[in-house]
Amino acid sequence: MGNRKYTAEALSPWMKEDAPDRDVVLSSRVRIARNLRHLPFPMMASASQASDAMDRLLMVNESGRLNGLGEVSSIRLSELSELEKQVLVEKHLISPALANQAQHAALMLGPGEDVSLMVNEEDHLRIQCLHAGFQLKETWDTASKIDDIFEEAVDYAFDEKYGFLTSCPTNVGTGIRASVMMHLPALVITGQINRILSAVTQVGLAVRGMYGEGSEATGNLFQVSNQITLGQSEAEIIDHLHAVARQIIEHEKAARAKLMGESRLKVEDRIKRSFGILSYAAVIDAKEASQRLSDLRLGVHLGLLPGVDEGTLNELLVSIQPGYLQQAYGEALSPEQRDMTRAQMISSRLATHA
Amino acid sequence: MVCQECGQRPATLHFSKYVNGEKTELHICEACAREKGELIPGTPSGFSIHNLLSGLMDFDPSGLSGAKAQVQQQQRCEGCGMTYGQFSKLGRFGCAHCYKQFAERLDPLLKRVHGNTVHVGKVPKRAGGLVRLRREIDGLKREMQSRIEGEDFESAADLRDRIRELEREVQNG
Ligand SMILES: [Zn+2]
Ligand SMILES: [Zn+2]
Repeated sequence: MGNRKYTAEALSPWMKEDAPDRDVVLSSRVRIARNLRHLPFPMMASASQASDAMDRLLMVNESGRLNGLGEVSSIRLSELSELEKQVLVEKHLISPALANQAQHAALMLGPGEDVSLMVNEEDHLRIQCLHAGFQLKETWDTASKIDDIFEEAVDYAFDEKYGFLTSCPTNVGTGIRASVMMHLPALVITGQINRILSAVTQVGLAVRGMYGEGSEATGNLFQVSNQITLGQSEAEIIDHLHAVARQIIEHEKAARAKLMGESRLKVEDRIKRSFGILSYAAVIDAKEASQRLSDLRLGVHLGLLPGVDEGTLNELLVSIQPGYLQQAYGEALSPEQRDMTRAQMISSRLATHA
Repeated sequence: MVCQECGQRPATLHFSKYVNGEKTELHICEACAREKGELIPGTPSGFSIHNLLSGLMDFDPSGLSGAKAQVQQQQRCEGCGMTYGQFSKLGRFGCAHCYKQFAERLDPLLKRVHGNTVHVGKVPKRAGGLVRLRREIDGLKREMQSRIEGEDFESAADLRDRIRELEREVQNG
């Protein structure tokens, strides 16, 4: 345990790539939900039916059909420790729901960690593709190609009227959930965020916190995704989300320019204070750390923090999460120990830049 | 406007969707959204329509009450054994057959969630062979109609032959 590359390193290879609009968009993600015909969905499946579904889906990898993606690892979740599962959740490689699935859950993971195929989550198969920056269309293309590969190998549950059948009626039809993870500090500081987000929900999109449902949006990170999966084609869904995200990006960039023009000293002071606290704090909780790292990220893109690079910040964003933190230290930590360890980890990473 | 959930506090979260000119609206207060553990946009969280599903599914368009409603709650899917009561509580289907079993109350639900009830996206080659053919036929028929209107009878006749060919394929499964 702990030696596996995908849980040992905080940054997935895809996160290190340079990508369009990275100053605002962290990642673009597309998830496709699919089920096998003739087998009950995971929630109602017996142990043998769930195991049957898992075998059929893992076979697609074993038969070499996914070779075009490089070496894809098949991982049964029962092989992983609780901590390793938590790290995979923090890296967005699996959903909390898959981590909690007790039996016959599996994961097929591409070498770049940009492709993650979840087996027996809420649906039999969830194809997830992640790209750095604003690359929604490219991400959809990748996901759709993988979908075609599976479709050649297994029979999908499909209905002429309702399309791809999913466990939850909110996913039926195309089964796709496309999302863009955005860092919007300037819109938050200038007080425009509520207006923007309510406009976004009015055009049929949803806004979520960083770790999806049930979590807080810390560090000014917002995930914007489609809500409708039925009655619109995949291209329409992607185009619509793309157009709305593009507008949010422009608003954020305009708000940053406005901040620099009208209150540069105030912004600079805030960012440098955050840098000071992160560099010298003895204890810091995850929430404050995310908020301060958000300030640093803004500072880097405004050119106010020379010497700090974005890669370090992206890495810290994952490293300060409880699962990764404990894995890095090789032991379970109490909340107080975590806050101390977190402060040490951040200050030592920042010290190399100061 | 009053919150649809508690009927007391003013609704501060409004969701409107326009799909094909049809408007679906939802109005809820922040307290109710938070109480249900949901995420709210514009606050340090987000909002998910997921958890509202069970509320929507309890909505009964037929106005059935008492014994009749109870019978409906106990209706069971032949595919996976899930009851309608379970479905409306969990907001999840147990198998593909559930979509047929609970079809009666499905369209109003899908209409409220998606503003639509018919898939127009990708069709799988294997499972959707017939659907693909039918869509192609529909497209060719529209094309044929427009050629007839343009008095291009010769190419319309070619299309008619192609349509017949495809219709034979559909009949042979
Ligand atoms: Zn309320
Ligand atoms: Zn069923």
